[in-house]
Amino acid sequence: MSAVPMPPADAEARAAAKLAETWGDRPGVWGWLTTVDHKRIARRYLVTTFVFFGLAGILALLMRLQLARPEGRLLSPDRYNELFTVHGSTMMFIFAVPVMEAVALYLVPLMVGARNIAFPRLNAYSYYMYLGGALTLWVAFFLNIGPDIGWFGYTPLSGPEYSPGKRADIWAQMITFTEVAALAVSVSIVTTILRMRAPGMTLARMPLFVWAMLVTAFMTIFALPSVMLVTSMLISDRLMGTHFFNYAEGGDVVLFQHLFWFFGHPEVYIIFIPALGFVSAITETFARRPVVGHTFMVLALVAIGFLAFGLWVHHMFATGLPKLGNSFYTSASMAIALPSGVQIFCWIATIWAGRPIFKTPMLWVIGFIVTFVIGGLTGVMVASAPLDLQLHDTYFVVAHFHYVLIGGAVFPLFGAFQYWFPKFTGRVLSETLGRWQFWLIFLGFQLTFFPMHLLGLNGMPRRVYTYPAGLGWEPYNLAATIGAFTIAAGAVIFVVNVVLALRRPADAPANPWDAPGLEWAVASPPPAYNFVDTPAVSSRTPLWEDRTSLPVMGGLATDYREIVVTSPVEAEPGNRQDSPDPTIWPFLAALATTVLFIGSIFSEWALVWGAIPLAIALTGWFWPKRTGPGGAPE
Amino acid sequence: MSQSALHPAADQATRLLGLWDLMLWVCAGMYVLVIAFLAWAIWRRRRAAYLIEPEVMVSDPGLERALGGWAVLIVVGLIVLTTASFLTDRALATPGERPLKIKVTGQQWWWRVEYQDGPVERWVETANEIRLPLGRPAEIELASDDVIHSFWIPNLAGKTDLIPGRTNRMAITPRRAGRFRGQCAEFCGFQHAHMALDVTVEPEAAFEAWRARQLAPAAAPADPQRAYGQQVFQAKACAMCHAIAGTQAGSRNGPDLTHVASRRTLAAGALPYSKGALAGWIANPQALKPGTNMPAVRLSADEQAALVAYLDGLK
Amino acid sequence: MIRTRVVGDLSTLPDHAFGLRSILFWGVIGFMLVEGTVFVLAGGVYLYLRGLSPTWPPEPVLPPSLIYSAIFTLALFATELPNRWLNRRARALDLRATRAGLVLMTVLGLALLLLRAFEFPHLNVRWDQNAYGSVVWMLMILHTTHLITDWADTAVFTVWTFTHDVGPDQFSDASDNCAYWTFVVWTWLPIYALVYWAPRLT
Repeated sequence: MSAVPMPPADAEARAAAKLAETWGDRPGVWGWLTTVDHKRIARRYLVTTFVFFGLAGILALLMRLQLARPEGRLLSPDRYNELFTVHGSTMMFIFAVPVMEAVALYLVPLMVGARNIAFPRLNAYSYYMYLGGALTLWVAFFLNIGPDIGWFGYTPLSGPEYSPGKRADIWAQMITFTEVAALAVSVSIVTTILRMRAPGMTLARMPLFVWAMLVTAFMTIFALPSVMLVTSMLISDRLMGTHFFNYAEGGDVVLFQHLFWFFGHPEVYIIFIPALGFVSAITETFARRPVVGHTFMVLALVAIGFLAFGLWVHHMFATGLPKLGNSFYTSASMAIALPSGVQIFCWIATIWAGRPIFKTPMLWVIGFIVTFVIGGLTGVMVASAPLDLQLHDTYFVVAHFHYVLIGGAVFPLFGAFQYWFPKFTGRVLSETLGRWQFWLIFLGFQLTFFPMHLLGLNGMPRRVYTYPAGLGWEPYNLAATIGAFTIAAGAVIFVVNVVLALRRPADAPANPWDAPGLEWAVASPPPAYNFVDTPAVSSRTPLWEDRTSLPVMGGLATDYREIVVTSPVEAEPGNRQDSPDPTIWPFLAALATTVLFIGSIFSEWALVWGAIPLAIALTGWFWPKRTGPGGAPE
Repeated sequence: MSQSALHPAADQATRLLGLWDLMLWVCAGMYVLVIAFLAWAIWRRRRAAYLIEPEVMVSDPGLERALGGWAVLIVVGLIVLTTASFLTDRALATPGERPLKIKVTGQQWWWRVEYQDGPVERWVETANEIRLPLGRPAEIELASDDVIHSFWIPNLAGKTDLIPGRTNRMAITPRRAGRFRGQCAEFCGFQHAHMALDVTVEPEAAFEAWRARQLAPAAAPADPQRAYGQQVFQAKACAMCHAIAGTQAGSRNGPDLTHVASRRTLAAGALPYSKGALAGWIANPQALKPGTNMPAVRLSADEQAALVAYLDGLK
Repeated sequence: MIRTRVVGDLSTLPDHAFGLRSILFWGVIGFMLVEGTVFVLAGGVYLYLRGLSPTWPPEPVLPPSLIYSAIFTLALFATELPNRWLNRRARALDLRATRAGLVLMTVLGLALLLLRAFEFPHLNVRWDQNAYGSVVWMLMILHTTHLITDWADTAVFTVWTFTHDVGPDQFSDASDNCAYWTFVVWTWLPIYALVYWAPRLT
C-alpha cells in the first residue's frame, strides 16, 4: 500500500453526496418498510426490546406486590402463573437476547469498518419475525390466553393432557418466531465479522466487543436449534398426537428437559457474553488505555463459549440422574469460574493501570463487577450437585440468576446505552440523570435480590403465587418489593433521560469520549453508507494510533451499493461484491411466515397452505436482480 | 414449625449445610479479594483531568504475572469445592440400616403417602403428612401420576423430583424431633403454592403408636348425625374420589380420608385442620384453593353438618 | 468527523467470487450449520428413545421396509454426479451447460420426491402410534423438507436463468445451490442409517 495524495475536500464531499443517494432509503412508510440499513433496523430492535423490557418489568412489580405480604390476594393463581411465565419468556426471548443483538447489529458493521451488515434483507426479515413473536405472546396475554407453564414449559404440564387450550402452543410458537430471528441475525453477524472487516483488521486486532459477538453468534447457531426442535416436538405432541414426551407410549418427559437446557444454558451466555464486550469497550475508553491481557480476554470468551455447552445437566440435578454424570457436570460448571475470573481480573487491572474517568458508563462497569461477581460465586454454589438439591427451584436461584443476568448483562447494557447513545441518536445523555438512574437501580437491585438468597435458604420455593405467614419469610419479601419499586424509579429516570435527550438537537460530536474504535470515526449518528472510504486498520485502537487522520482505502463504487470482502483471519481485501437494495420482500416473507406459524397453532394443515404465500414471498425475495456488475439477490 | 435448610434435623441436611458453610467461606474470601482489588484500583489514581491523551503502547508484565497467580488461586478453590461436593454426594448416596420404606406419589396438588414397611397388612396410607421415627433411616420412593413435582423438606434433605414414568429414591435419616414443613418445589400448575407436607419426626415409640392408629379402619359413626354423614358421603360425589378404610368408599382419585381428622392440615397445607375449616373447605373449595380438583358439592345445611361431623370423627 | 488520508485503492479487486470467497456462500454455510445441528439433535433424540425401550422397534412394530429406501438412496447419491458437473460448469461461467444442468437437476429432484413419497407408507409405523413412530417420522420429515425447499429453489432459479441475462453473481448462486444439494445428499446418509438400519441392529 503506497501513500496516495490526499483527495481534495470537495471530491470527498461529492462522493459522500453520491453515497448518500445510493445508500439512502425512500422517505415515509415505504422507506420504513423496505429499509435494509442495519442502523435503522437495529434502532427499531432497540426501541422494541426496551418497550417489552418495561412491560415485563411491570409484570415483575405486580408479582412483587402480590408477594409483599403473606397470603396475598391481589392476583389469582392463574394470573400469577401467567405473569411469571410471560415475565420470564419476555425477558429471555424478547428482551435480553434481541437487545444484545440489536446493539451488535448497530455497532458491529461500524466497528469493523463496513458499509452494511452481510445479509441486510435477512436482517430486515429477522426484525419483523421478532416483532411477530413478541406480539403473539403479548396479544395472547392481554386476551387472557397467555402461557402459564413457566418460561421453560416442562412436559407433561405443557403437554396435551395438562395444558388444554392454546396457551402452551402460543408459548412454543413465540419461541419459534424469536429463534428464527436470532438465527438469521447470528448468521449475518458471523459473516460480517469474518468476511467484512476493514483491511488490516486481523483477528488479533479485532475489538473485544466484536470478539464477544462472534462467540455469541456461533453459540446461537449451535444452541437455538435445540429449543426450536423441542418446542416443535411439543406442538406436534399437542396437535398431531405424536408421543415424544408421553411415557406411556415410549416417550420420556426428561427428554424435554435435556433438549431445553442444551439450549437454555448456552442461552444465558448468549445474553451475557455481549455484555462482557460492552464492559471491555467502556473500560478501555474510560481507563484511557487498552484492556490489560487482551489475548487472555479473547481466550476466556472462547473458553466460555465452549464450556457453556457442557453444563446443561446442572439444571437437572434433582431429576435423579446418575450421580457419576452429575459429578462431571459439577466440575464442568465450576470450571467456567476460571475464564470468568480471568476477565474480572483483567478489567480491574485495566482500571488499576489506567487513568480512569468515572463517567456514568464507568459507574455501570463498577456496579457490574460488584454485582456480577456475587452471581458468579452463587453460580459455583448451585453448580455443586448435592448442594443444588437444597438450592434448586428456590428463591436462592432467583437471586442467583438475577445477579447474573441483571448485574452481569443489564448493568453493562445500561452503561453501553449511555456510552453509545450519541452514536445511536446524535445526542449525549445527561450525566446527572444517568447517575441518579445508576444509583437507584444499583441500590434497588441489591435490596430486591440480596434478601432472596436468604429466602431460598429458608425454604421458599420459586413460582408460588402466595406463601403462608409464620415461616420467617415476611421481612425479606417486603424488602424485595420495596427494592423492586426503587428499580422502577430508576427505570423511569432512564426513560426521562432518553426523552429529554431526544428533544435536544442532534449535535453530538463524532467522538465525544475520545474513544479508540472505528465506530467513533464517523458522524453521530452515522450516514446511511457509514464510511466514505473503507478504513485501513493497523492497530487494536485505531483512533488512538494516529491522532491527526484516519488511513482509508478508496475505490468502492458510489453509484451502486458495493462492499469489500476480506479474508477471515488477516482481513486482506479479496473482492468487491454488491450489497442488496431496499425491498419489501423481507416484510412480506415475514408476514407469510407469521400466518404460517400462527395458523399452525390452530391446524397442522397451515403448514401446507401457509407454505404457498411463503414460497411466493421467498421467490420474490431471492429473485435475482442485476444492479451492479454482479447483481446480488442475497 | 420450620421450613429451612439452615436448621437441619437429619443427616442429609446436616451434611449439605456443612457443604454450604464451606462454599460460603471460600466464595466470600474470593469476593473480598475482588472487591479489595477493585477498591484499590479506583482509589489509587487521583482523579485525572478529562481527556488525557490515552496510552497506547503499554506492556503489563507485572499484571500478567498477577493474573497467573489469580488463576492458580481460582483453580485451587475450585478443586477444593469440587472435591467437597463429590464427597458429600457420595455420603448422600449411602443407604442406612433397616430403612423404613415410604412411597410418596405427587398429584395435582397433594401428596399420597404410603408406608410400605413390613408385611402388606401393616401398610398404611395417608395424605399430605409424613411421620418419621427418630434415628431410623427412611427410604422414600418417589413417583408421580400426572405432572412433575419435587419432594422437598429442607430441614431434612435436598429435593428430588417426582417424574411420571420414572421412579426416584432418596434417603432421610432424622436426628432431631420436631415438626417441619415440606413443599412441592417443581412448578406443577395452578396450585403449586398449596402443595405442602406436614412432617413430624418423633421417637420410634410414638411413631409406632401413630402407625397402629392409622392401621385401624375408620371409626364407626358414634351418633345418628354422624351415621347420616356417612350416608351423605356415600351418596354424594365424595365417595367417587375418596377412600375411607372399613367403608364402601374405596376410590383412589383423591386423598385417603380414613383418619382425616387426625391430620393437622387440610388440602395439602392450604389451611390448618379444624372442624370449622373442614366445613368451609367442603362448602367452597374453590374459594380456599382456586383451581383445586375438589368440586363444591351441593349439600343442604343438614347434610353439610352431618358430613362434617362424620369426617371430624375420623381421628 | 475525522480527517482521512487515502492509503490504498480497492477498485482493482475482482467484482465477483465463487464458493468460500463469496459472502453469500457463508450465509449458506451458516444455515447448513443450523440445520446440521437440528439433524444431529434429532438423531440424538432417536438414540435416546431407543435407549429407553426394551425392544427397538417396540413390539409389535416391524422395522421399515428396505426396498424403496434403497432405490431412493442410490438415486439420491447418483444425482451427485450431475450436481458436481453443474457446479464446475457454473464456475466456468458456461451458460448453456449451466442451464442444461439446472433443468436436469430440477427433473431429478422431482423424481426423487416421488420416490420419497413411496417411502412413507413403508415405514410400517404411524407417527401417532408410539414414540418410535414419532421420531422416525420426525427424521423423515426433516429431511424431506430439505428436499422440497432445495428442489423449489432450483426450479425457480432455473426459470430465472432462461428468462434473464445471467451475470457472474448468478453463476455463483448456481454454484452455491449445488453445494447445498450436496449437503442435502450427505445428511441423508446418517438419517438413512438411523431410520432403516438402527432398528435392525440389536
